[in-house]
Amino acid sequence: MQKSLLIDAGKCTGCLQCEMACSYENENVFNPSKSRIKVFTFHDEGRFVPYTCTQCDEAWCLQACPVDAIVVNSKTGSKDVLEDVCVGCKVCTISCPFGTINYNQDSGKVIKCDLCGGDPACASACPTEAITYVDADATGLARMREWAGKTDNTATA
Amino acid sequence: MAWTKKVLRVNLTEGTCIGEPLNMEWADQYLGQRGLATRYMCEEVDPTCDALSSENKMIMATGPLTGTMASTGGRYSVICKSPLTGAIACSNSGGFIGAELKNAGWDMIIFEGKSPDPVYLHLENEKAELLPAGELWGKSVWEADEMLHKIHQDPQMRIAAVGRAAEEGCLYSAIINDLHRAAGRSGVGTVMASKNLKAVCVRGTRGVGNIKDPARFMKSTAEQKQVLAENAVTGQGLPTYGTQVLMNVINELGALPTRNMQEVKFEGAHNISGEAMLEPRASDGKANLTTNAGCFACTIACGRISTIDQTHFSVENKPQYWGNSGGLEYEAAWAMGTDTGVDDLDAVTYVNFLCNEDGIDPITFGATVAAAMEMFKDGDLTTEHTGGVELEFGSAKALAWAAEVTCRGEGFGRDLGLGSRRLCEKYGRPELSMTVKSQEFPAYDPRGIQGMGLAYATSNRGACHLRGYTVASEVLGIPEKTDPLVTEGKAGLVKAFQDATAAVDSAGLCVFTTFAWSLENIAPQIDAACEGDWSVDKLAEIGERIWNLERDFNNKAGMTSADDTLPQRLLTEPANTGPAEGKVCGLDEMLPEYYELRGWTTEGELTDDVRGKFNLPV
Repeated sequence: MQKSLLIDAGKCTGCLQCEMACSYENENVFNPSKSRIKVFTFHDEGRFVPYTCTQCDEAWCLQACPVDAIVVNSKTGSKDVLEDVCVGCKVCTISCPFGTINYNQDSGKVIKCDLCGGDPACASACPTEAITYVDADATGLARMREWAGKTDNTATA
Repeated sequence: MAWTKKVLRVNLTEGTCIGEPLNMEWADQYLGQRGLATRYMCEEVDPTCDALSSENKMIMATGPLTGTMASTGGRYSVICKSPLTGAIACSNSGGFIGAELKNAGWDMIIFEGKSPDPVYLHLENEKAELLPAGELWGKSVWEADEMLHKIHQDPQMRIAAVGRAAEEGCLYSAIINDLHRAAGRSGVGTVMASKNLKAVCVRGTRGVGNIKDPARFMKSTAEQKQVLAENAVTGQGLPTYGTQVLMNVINELGALPTRNMQEVKFEGAHNISGEAMLEPRASDGKANLTTNAGCFACTIACGRISTIDQTHFSVENKPQYWGNSGGLEYEAAWAMGTDTGVDDLDAVTYVNFLCNEDGIDPITFGATVAAAMEMFKDGDLTTEHTGGVELEFGSAKALAWAAEVTCRGEGFGRDLGLGSRRLCEKYGRPELSMTVKSQEFPAYDPRGIQGMGLAYATSNRGACHLRGYTVASEVLGIPEKTDPLVTEGKAGLVKAFQDATAAVDSAGLCVFTTFAWSLENIAPQIDAACEGDWSVDKLAEIGERIWNLERDFNNKAGMTSADDTLPQRLLTEPANTGPAEGKVCGLDEMLPEYYELRGWTTEGELTDDVRGKFNLPV
């Protein structure tokens, strides 16, 4: 069963635990600026929104890469960057409509979410379950249940 | 480790920014943040100096856990000599700039001297420069924040700034970071503005590494986050209601100081409570509270993000206040609501926005307005002084006006900007100032919560709830329940809270964790992160060392045991109702025992034994 990151922005408090977990997992340092997941604050609206790669099936980044440095991970379905193949041309960063693949000045390569190989650190670190890792075919399940709960079919005795 | 081991020294007179190594011998004795910066202050600043002169220094300091995944590990403090109290000032703030400073590779910034012209510090990792702030001077914090983000084209830059109040000399000006988090108390913003320093902008992309035992640190911090999540206060009460969970609780207890502490219960408490912030309003069906919010790394998320009713008089035709911003915390709601007798939630939220927009301490401001209202009632102040405004208890319009003129330093606002001690002296009623060491009380009446009376009287930065929060024990039963109405045993309780809190602050953690955590929960996290052995005993010793060092600074500044007292009202006028009815604060039953437990002389001076035991500078 493939799984997906499911983000419920309404539960996010903007604490950035996810960004630190991500940077620690991937870079061995607590460093939000090197995180593959970003939390955006919309101050006037009072909203916090975590955002990261959706792992498109037909991934623009993968197709745009001239050196085939982005490959499908057969276990998780994530699109992973092969660091030793990447030449840092950044074409993928232009092709991604969501902006979720980015250049890393320190390494000269691009970085993106790889679902941590199947155990995403951001989801484990999130204190409010704003980020969860669920069955890819049923990311709408919780929302369906919520609406189902509003159905008025109380048994009449 | 966990420290970056680097200090940025900014000499504003010379216009230089120079890095130097952190004194690791002191870090071992004082941990970081509050403690470590105080050690630097004691070394470099004459405690008798004029707080607003170039002799004073201002230190922005992080702790070893700031910028890490330890829950609430995002705190920084501003340490300097206070212009309000003349004592050591240490104001702690959350938000994000503390962690950003650490991410840029610095444990602290020491600001010294005074710039000839307005400047701001722009810090990007190793690169630090002072830039002209001429165009920013005269702007509010919110305006300056927007302008700086535009100038540098960097949406991720974190900013701490002072507003117009600080520039105009309001003695309780705050430093506001991330738009609505504040190093709020004791006038640290006034000191910053006195140095012609408008803002500190930080962008850090280096990250915080150097963790001694990363695997153990990740395991320990995860376990302790679980403890916070499972605790009723940190897991439920604070996220749902924020610190405002206390308004109705303390009112029921008859310990909610009302109308300049004349009474101990407020009939309008519910209207400005955490519960009221969740109730839909008539105009648009929305609640005052939009969402809760966390500071950097915080898994509690007690922060309030609120809106004001757009139809409310305070924001009519002022769309700049229609969006969301930092909402009411308990102390602010108490000072600007209960203490002034105003139970209008939108008015108090509006005034709270103004406190953030121009950087003033809502506790001191609200309590100063309350004192002014009592003088107005008694005829010491009249509409001649206020320019026609009826400064009456309960008047939301008068409160809103008072905030506007204080934030801009206009007219009577300049008098209000003095704080209540100087204001009441000026108008001949010194006894109406509810202060210790010239700093106003927070929201707990020491007639109904006796331990807080001693905590206020002995707090090293003047009246304050965050130096020894015995409310935890006396009201909430943490770590164990004590009777709030008795004085027996409170000397020891206050000392224990004071010492532990000094250690928590110095780690870079938030004191609110201590509703669920003791040093037993904190020591393993520090020990996994920092080089050396960090036991509970060592942290307790560090806390006590810091307390003594702060006290020593104050004594050298000229303070004596005569300053460890409370206003006569609390010592002689009994509570008029509730469980504490008929009681005054029994300070004199607690203070001598407290000095004894501290090992001080009966005059409250440090002895050579104490100095030796804690290796304090002479």
